[in-house]
Amino acid sequence: MLHPIPHDRHEGEPVIELRDVHAGYDNQHVLYSINLRIMPGAFIGLLGPSGSGKTTLLRTILGATRVYSGEILLHGKPSNRLGSNVGYVPQLETIDWNFPVTVEEVVMMGATRGNPLFPWHRGSDRRAAGEIMERLRISDLVKRHIRELSGGQQQRVFLARALISNPEVLLLDEPTSGVDIKTRDEVMHLLHDLNHQGITVIMTTHEINAVAVHLPWLVCVNQSILAEGSPSEVITPAVLQSTYGAEMPVLDFQGIPLVAESPHFHGAWGNGKDGRPPVQEAGETSEAQPEPEHV
Amino acid sequence: MFEPLQYDFFVRGLIAATLVGALCGLMGVYIVLRRMAYIGHGLAHSVFGGAVVSHVMSFNFLVGASVWGFLSAVLITLTTRKRTIGSDAAIGIITTASFALGIALISRFKTFTRSFDAALFGNILGVTEGDLLAIAVVAGATTIILVLGYKLLLFATFDPEVAQYYGVPTVWVDTMFSLVLAATIVVSMQVLGVTLIAAAVVIPPVVARLLTDNFRNMTLLSTGIGAFCGMGGIYLSYYVDVSSGASVVLFSVALFVVALAYNNLKSTLGVAANRARLLSDHTGTID
Repeated sequence: MLHPIPHDRHEGEPVIELRDVHAGYDNQHVLYSINLRIMPGAFIGLLGPSGSGKTTLLRTILGATRVYSGEILLHGKPSNRLGSNVGYVPQLETIDWNFPVTVEEVVMMGATRGNPLFPWHRGSDRRAAGEIMERLRISDLVKRHIRELSGGQQQRVFLARALISNPEVLLLDEPTSGVDIKTRDEVMHLLHDLNHQGITVIMTTHEINAVAVHLPWLVCVNQSILAEGSPSEVITPAVLQSTYGAEMPVLDFQGIPLVAESPHFHGAWGNGKDGRPPVQEAGETSEAQPEPEHV
Repeated sequence: MFEPLQYDFFVRGLIAATLVGALCGLMGVYIVLRRMAYIGHGLAHSVFGGAVVSHVMSFNFLVGASVWGFLSAVLITLTTRKRTIGSDAAIGIITTASFALGIALISRFKTFTRSFDAALFGNILGVTEGDLLAIAVVAGATTIILVLGYKLLLFATFDPEVAQYYGVPTVWVDTMFSLVLAATIVVSMQVLGVTLIAAAVVIPPVVARLLTDNFRNMTLLSTGIGAFCGMGGIYLSYYVDVSSGASVVLFSVALFVVALAYNNLKSTLGVAANRARLLSDHTGTID
């Protein structure tokens, strides 16, 4: 689907760095000892089960959680709020699609940060919105109600809102959740294009096989960071066991690690004793692929 | 139509009801879209408690009731932020507690029970020039605040969590909104009565929503519909000789039914036209 770009983790200064960050909400400690260096131009997928703290990690980067201890650095300097450097795209499932707003009104909301107190949007903001909408191919939809759009167009509208302030970093909370395969593919290619234009992209995802394995860098989160690396380094039974707390056999398909996510596999799959072929570790080659299990 | 205008009380009532209708229609857009439809109903009850306390303490009714209503609205917002308690539950607890306090005080000091009939059910005959001035001031101030804060209010209403990431001071926006809402409820009490304010806050925006998909148009339409219902309701009240609050609400409900019928008819005609177009395309293919 995507072609991961070379991803250098160790040169230069990180755009955002979290040093031993403990964070959460009032009376609810969610993240423990988070150490994360986000390099300029990175394309990172945050992986983890529901309630593992992926969204809280995004909110912590945004400065919207309570940080108990640790430091968040922006270009090496301590920062509580990252302001215009970060654009945020929430889960589309949280949007009220019956709210009476047009595409243009949603996109213009993104310009609030640079001009919060003046009652009207500036001409320069309107021009910036026009350019962004042109770039994301939604400029002919400006007067349409947001409910009238396809899934891909809806995601583009919220991306345009995040991009209008020209952020260095784009945070997306499950951008492919609840969309069909075509839209998922469209969204991922769009994010890939934006990343190639120099924007650092960090996204959460639940979809290991369809999305995560195609990203250049993955971070496994479950209250703390359990592993990070390329998909072939991270998508292993051991890492997945520690992240999800369940046995998740990994198959190798033309060099791409794929997870057999069916619960039927737990305990039985992969040991070769039940008549099914043994599971290959990522990186190993296999001539015979296992038959797909009926779920 | 012009006959009742010869009476000063009717003219005052007409102006008051029109302004209050417009004001409730305007505020109602944000209330309905924030899914807090019952805050109008609840706050009106809460303000009633404040009004009784003001009376007992010989304090200015408008100021006392407004402060009480504002504190209730802020408490509701703060309670809702606790996440474990929804806004509907918060409205239910805080406003009924305040209303119960008012009832308790009334039953304790029985001498002034009668004077609160108007507050409960609305009495257009009782609108004084002072009330008119208060309504006009609140309507003017609300319009100015909502126009100046349009951008921030729209974002904070549509997507409150993300709005704060984009620099919207959501706490200030909510506080200011609570203040304006409390003032709206207080000045509306004389015309509509505590028990009927909710309808004036909810029906005009719902009718407007049935007619448009655009936020700005919805705001303008809701304000206009609210004013129209206020005016129509007062005329209805005069000719049918019923309580002003009830007639304004019944007039609004009638308008809602018409709008709903129009909306359903439009949808049905749209589906029929679509079917006819598909059928015509299909026939064309066969030919």
